[in-house]
Amino acid sequence: MSTVQQKAPRARAPRYGAEPSKATRRVILIVIGVIFLIPIAAMVQFTLRIGQPAPGQAQPLGIQHYLDVFNPANEQTYDPLFQGIQNSVVIALFTVLIVLVLLLPTMILVELKFPQLRKVLEFICLVPITIPSVVLVVGFIPVYSTVAQIFGSTPYTLAFGIGVIVLPYAYRPIAANLAGVDVTTLSEAGRSLGAGWGSVLWRVILPNLRRGILSAIFITIAVVLGEYTIASFLSQNTFQTALVLIQQTDPYVGVIFALFALLFAFVLLVVIGRFGSVRRTRRAPRPRKAPVNP
Amino acid sequence: MTAAVTTAPATTTRGAGKTSRRRSAVWLGLTPFAIYVLLFLAIPAVLAVGSGFFSSAGAFTFANFSALADPVITGDLVATIVLSLVTAVIGAIIGAIICFALLGTRPDGWLRTTIDSASSVLAQFGGVMLAFAFVATIGQQGFITTWLVSTFGWTDNPFVIFDNNGPLLYQVIGLTIPYLYFQIPLMVIVFMPAMEGLKATWGEANATLGGTRFTYWTRIAFPILAPAFFGSVILLFANAFSSYATAAALISQGGILPLDIKSSLTSETVIGRANQAGVLALAMVVVMIVVMVVYSALDKRASRWRS
Repeated sequence: MSTVQQKAPRARAPRYGAEPSKATRRVILIVIGVIFLIPIAAMVQFTLRIGQPAPGQAQPLGIQHYLDVFNPANEQTYDPLFQGIQNSVVIALFTVLIVLVLLLPTMILVELKFPQLRKVLEFICLVPITIPSVVLVVGFIPVYSTVAQIFGSTPYTLAFGIGVIVLPYAYRPIAANLAGVDVTTLSEAGRSLGAGWGSVLWRVILPNLRRGILSAIFITIAVVLGEYTIASFLSQNTFQTALVLIQQTDPYVGVIFALFALLFAFVLLVVIGRFGSVRRTRRAPRPRKAPVNP
Repeated sequence: MTAAVTTAPATTTRGAGKTSRRRSAVWLGLTPFAIYVLLFLAIPAVLAVGSGFFSSAGAFTFANFSALADPVITGDLVATIVLSLVTAVIGAIIGAIICFALLGTRPDGWLRTTIDSASSVLAQFGGVMLAFAFVATIGQQGFITTWLVSTFGWTDNPFVIFDNNGPLLYQVIGLTIPYLYFQIPLMVIVFMPAMEGLKATWGEANATLGGTRFTYWTRIAFPILAPAFFGSVILLFANAFSSYATAAALISQGGILPLDIKSSLTSETVIGRANQAGVLALAMVVVMIVVMVVYSALDKRASRWRS
């Protein structure tokens, strides 16, 4: 709709709606963009600093700290950080598994068999947004003392707790995808053509939900890698808690890894955005072209 | 779970007794998720709030509620609310301006994809890393701090010493700056759909009736966007109110309620403080419930224009 608006009137045509002029848009986005880039630029500059500047001299810069990360001599110092990253990655895998094995089948089952429960499921999945994780974690402590007796006190069990935090973020893309695909009709069609439930699920439903599932997985990974509260309260070593720890001994390495993580999450979400746009360009053309060539 | 799905009958076959037994087999398919939610959402939530009503010995008591009379705690509660409110309002205004600037851009173009992704990263992923970013920017040795000193000779600028209390960044007021850095992106995420809901026909109708762009904004756009805007402010408030990581990475003890919860849980000097965390958790939940009730009321009004 908006693209139509933009293309149809020529540059000097009067503007009726809410759209800003090109100049206004540029000024706003550039000013705010620059302000938002300053802290990122400061992080980059910080990681390049070498020693203290002599009075009246400029700060000497170099890539020394980046080389330090790979220097085997520092292995001892950085060990908790690499351990934390490793833990976070495993926790992310387990959390994704929780989403795929617990949440996804339940959502499909509710959609197919218990549509009256859809609202209940939605409510449950959105509750974690309203309960601050600091609050939830107060209750996690006694629960986890039981969990530790069963599974031992490993950081990987954090996946259970983080899985709850992730629920709203994982639920939304899958629910949006489910709403756009008529799974009931599709599965009935599959069944009437002689497919068993297994092949309906595997060859009909899941391929149709691929986009929603992928988005849910990516956002889950991002949330797990950024999770600090639960890990810190339950005294487990993850990427974020290790960052805070290492920052006290070697702030440069902390900032280097923070930069990488921000960049990684950004790329991950750009990929999600691209998935979203694949859908739009594939489906939108027909309704969109209509008003252009009446 | 998949087993339950595979044995289920097709929805088209509606029989008698046999189906109802299979139907209960389908119900079983819901249990794994139900158990998970019970164990890791319902029980922790009840325990968190309920622990405030028990003494460390396990007896029922209201004694922990004395924490809410502690001026330090009440001060922190007020500080948390003020911090959340201030960052919510400022964040909402700046975020709305960004949404305005983005009107008319292609939703699947590179500009929107970049801004959407960056917003998601900063709003949901930041935490500790945002704290680092601001230490590098306005910390004692930060980029801007040292620049102010070296270029303007402003040695006691607020980033070095503020209110005779050390660098601004490590005080509760200073948290405003990193908090805005995740509040503004969150506003862009939650407010953009409402902004895009402004229909072009309304602008045309306004023009046909002789309205100017000024009347368009004051008579049409602002009133329509108002419920969505205030709803977003509330969401931002809730976001700041419950955030913990950024503050924890910058301030070592106390100042805002989430940090008080942490310190009462880890306190080794005062025995029995752990149950005080339950009271603080309850206080946070009460504030959140109030906020969410207002939000759902506003959201109902806002959704009227969305369809």
